[in-house]
This record gives sequence, structure tokens and C-alpha cells, in this order.
Amino acid sequence: MSIPSELKYSASHEWVLDKGDGTVIIGITEFAQQQLGDVVFVELPQVDAKLCNGDEFGVIESVKAAADLFVPIAGVVIDVNTQLEDEPELVNTDPYGKGWICKLRLNDIDDLQQLLDADAYTSLCET
Amino acid sequence: MSKCLQHTPLHAMHLEAGARMAPFAGYNMPIQYPLGIKHEHLHCRNQAGLFDISHMGQLRLRANNMATAALALEALMPMDILTLQPGRQRYGLLTNANGGILDDLMITHADDHYFMVVNGACKLNDIAHLQASLPQSITLETLHNQALLALQGPAAVNVLEQLTPVVREMKFMQGKALSMLGTHCFISRAGYTGEDGFEISLPADKAPELVKHLLEFDAVQWIGLGARDCLRLEAGLCLYGHDLDSNTTPVAAGLSWAIQPNRRLGGDRSGGFLGSDNILTELKSGSSHCRIGLLPQGRAPIRQGSELCANNGAIIGRVTSGSFGPTLNAPIAMGYVMSQHTMVGNQVYAIVRGQQRPCKITPMPFVPHRYHRS
Repeated sequence: MSIPSELKYSASHEWVLDKGDGTVIIGITEFAQQQLGDVVFVELPQVDAKLCNGDEFGVIESVKAAADLFVPIAGVVIDVNTQLEDEPELVNTDPYGKGWICKLRLNDIDDLQQLLDADAYTSLCET
Repeated sequence: MSKCLQHTPLHAMHLEAGARMAPFAGYNMPIQYPLGIKHEHLHCRNQAGLFDISHMGQLRLRANNMATAALALEALMPMDILTLQPGRQRYGLLTNANGGILDDLMITHADDHYFMVVNGACKLNDIAHLQASLPQSITLETLHNQALLALQGPAAVNVLEQLTPVVREMKFMQGKALSMLGTHCFISRAGYTGEDGFEISLPADKAPELVKHLLEFDAVQWIGLGARDCLRLEAGLCLYGHDLDSNTTPVAAGLSWAIQPNRRLGGDRSGGFLGSDNILTELKSGSSHCRIGLLPQGRAPIRQGSELCANNGAIIGRVTSGSFGPTLNAPIAMGYVMSQHTMVGNQVYAIVRGQQRPCKITPMPFVPHRYHRS
């Protein structure tokens, strides 16, 4: 299972890519998409929404069930992946690439330190 | 849950096939295989899907003569059992004194007994109900050591006839005892997907061998309960415990077609079944709520439990099954609304996470049935 080392992770199975300019890209991990199965709909957050750590920022629906998305870091939504409106299956086929969900401008870049690194996330998935 | 989960006779084969298992009706059942729900679903619509449904209850009912057994069953079901011909199968309902549905089932006249297949989650209650209600002269046998497989889809007949050619001559809702790979099986041409196909009852210890043979065909693929659910929903078929329950009557459920004329008012064996007062009245004057099909606008599925409201915001019903229909590539649902709101084309709103999502009331099935009727 792919867990890229350049990403940060949350215990609720989101990944965070630090762009180095105070913004991040967020998606769900390979592990999460496998657990969900075939994704058929993604409810995206609103651009400009202000999110606190742990806020629900969207919903992913698979054939079987709905799963809430929790934002692992505080910030303001600056972009969402509107391609998922027509091709929600990108979350399954390319979770770390074309299946990204939203971009945030962080309130505090030091919050990145709170996230898990790839090794810590790998152990979490294995338990 | 402290209760121990049961295994079907094919448990090891599911694990070998990489199934994701989950508890269902007291059994550890395959929900999906590595192919995934969407592709399993499409495979069944296009080729042939193999389902392990050994969790379902298989019962045999006997008496000195078939008429005695038929009339005893007719006291518990609003169906015409007496004139069901040998080798013919019928959809049936067990009702309670209020006319609510205790279970839905398939019953076949198997020459010297009736063969019944009931829902896995209901089977213990059904058996208790039958034992308590049927006269002493009727023998009820539970087939604990019998597996049940379903082979469904347009290629099902091409595959199965290579093991037993006689299946090609069978029609929808016919059942037959026959020998396949040297094993005594009971096969019916029916299923729960809307497709042509078969259900095969056979001894548990012989099931793995038959499965091995079936999986050797390129057209055949294991299908889990996840895809089984969206297949039956596209076919507009009810799932007991969701779309049917002991407070739901056959008329409300849109299952009046399953009540033959000779059990209705004016019929030669009118009434005389549990709940007949309510059911016969509803057949004449309708029920307060009715089951309807729903096509949500957009791509977001609506799920069981969502309330349904009218234009003015008044709550008029609720969703009882909701999923994504891979064949239609769109969300689909069914539910119940008050009878004055059931008109096809009406727009209603499902409340999903606090938002009102528009849905159109639509006829079912969502995907046309392809049964082999002639």
C-alpha cells in the first residue's frame, strides 16, 4: 500500500501536502479509499470556508455508505477539486494525485508539526 | 456483539478469493471481493454472478397430501398455494394478525413437499411462527446442511446448461430436483437481481465442488452482498427489515400483485389468513402510505432513514433503501410516502445532512427485468 514519504497524515486517514508557502493540499489516503470502496460522490467544502482542526469539511459516498471527511489542520479553503463532481472515482484511482479534495491556506504553519509522518501513519494502518 | 458468527459452507473459498467479510444475519458473509461492488454489479448485469446465499433459511413442508399442507399455509399467507402446480414457484408473504409482513419468501411445489426459502435474518422467527401456527399434521423440516447458491445474469443459463442441460428448458419461477455433478440439487429459475438466473440448493459438503466448477467459466465471478443490494434495488425488489417489516402491509408495500384473486374478496378462498381483515380492506380502499421509487437529482445518494418532505416542507415519508445504481450510473432509492403524494413525476425532497435534496418519484424497476418468461 502506498504511503508517500513526502506527505503528512492524520489519524482519520487524510493526507496533507505542504506546498511550502503557507498552503496545503488535502486528500484521503490509499488506505481510506480501499476501505471505502467505489466512490460515487464527493461533497466538497465551500471556497473561503474557515475550518478548524477536526471540522467536518465534506462527505465521501461510496456505493455502500457515506463517510465524513475531517480536516486535520486549521485554515481557509482556497480551492476545491471540482473534477470530482464528474469523476468521483479519481479518489479511488489516484488518491494522492487527481483525487485531491481541497487546498487550504493555513492559519499557522506550525500546525503542520502536529501531523503524522509517513512512518507513524504506516504503523497506525498496521494496527 | 457477543454472539458467535456462523460460517457458510463456502467460507474458506470466500477468504481465498480475497473477500471482505462482515456480519450479516448472524453469519460472517462476503460483502465484496477485490473486484469491488461497482464492477461486481456490472459483471452480474453483463455476464454471470455467483452468490453464496447459504445464510438464507431453507425449509420443507410436508403432510399426508399436498392439499393439506397448502391449506395450512394459506392460513398464514395471503397467497394461493392450493393451485400452485408441481414444479412452479411463487413469491409469498407471511403476515401477522394486523396484516403486517413477517417475512417475504419463495415457495415451490416440489411434488411431495413444499420447498421454501426465507430470509436469513428472519429464519428463526419464521420457523418458530410456523411451528406454533401449523397443525400437528404438517411436518416442518429445516435444511441446516444445505447450501444455497445463486447464479445470476445473462450468461447464467449458458454456464449452467454445461453442467446440466435441462436448465435451458426451465422458465422463470420454475423449480426442479435434478442431479448435477452426481449431486442431488434443487434448482429454481429465479433470483434477486432482476436478471435471468438460477438458485441452486445442494448439500453443504458438495457446494465447494460445484463452486469450483462454476468459477472455471470465464463468465462467472463471485459477487458479494454489497452488489447484491444495489442489484436488487435497481430491480425494485424489497429487502426485508428495510423496505418491509411487521408494520408494513402488502398493499402499502406495492405487493398486491402477490395476492392471487382467489384469496381476495369474492374469491373462492377469500380471506382466512392472518391479518386478512386489514389486508382485504386495504386491497379495496388503499393504504395510508405506499412504497415508491425515487430518482435523486444530482449524484449524491440518499440513504435509508432520510426523511422525505413535500414542497411546503411537510414530512410525508422516509427513505427505506438508498444507494448508487451502477447500471444507471446514478443514485436510486425507494421509500414510503403518504398515498396522496405517490404520483409518478412528483418532486419530493430528501433531507440529507440538513439539506433538502430534490428527488423525482419514479416507476420501478429502475432497470428492466430480464426474466426468462417464455
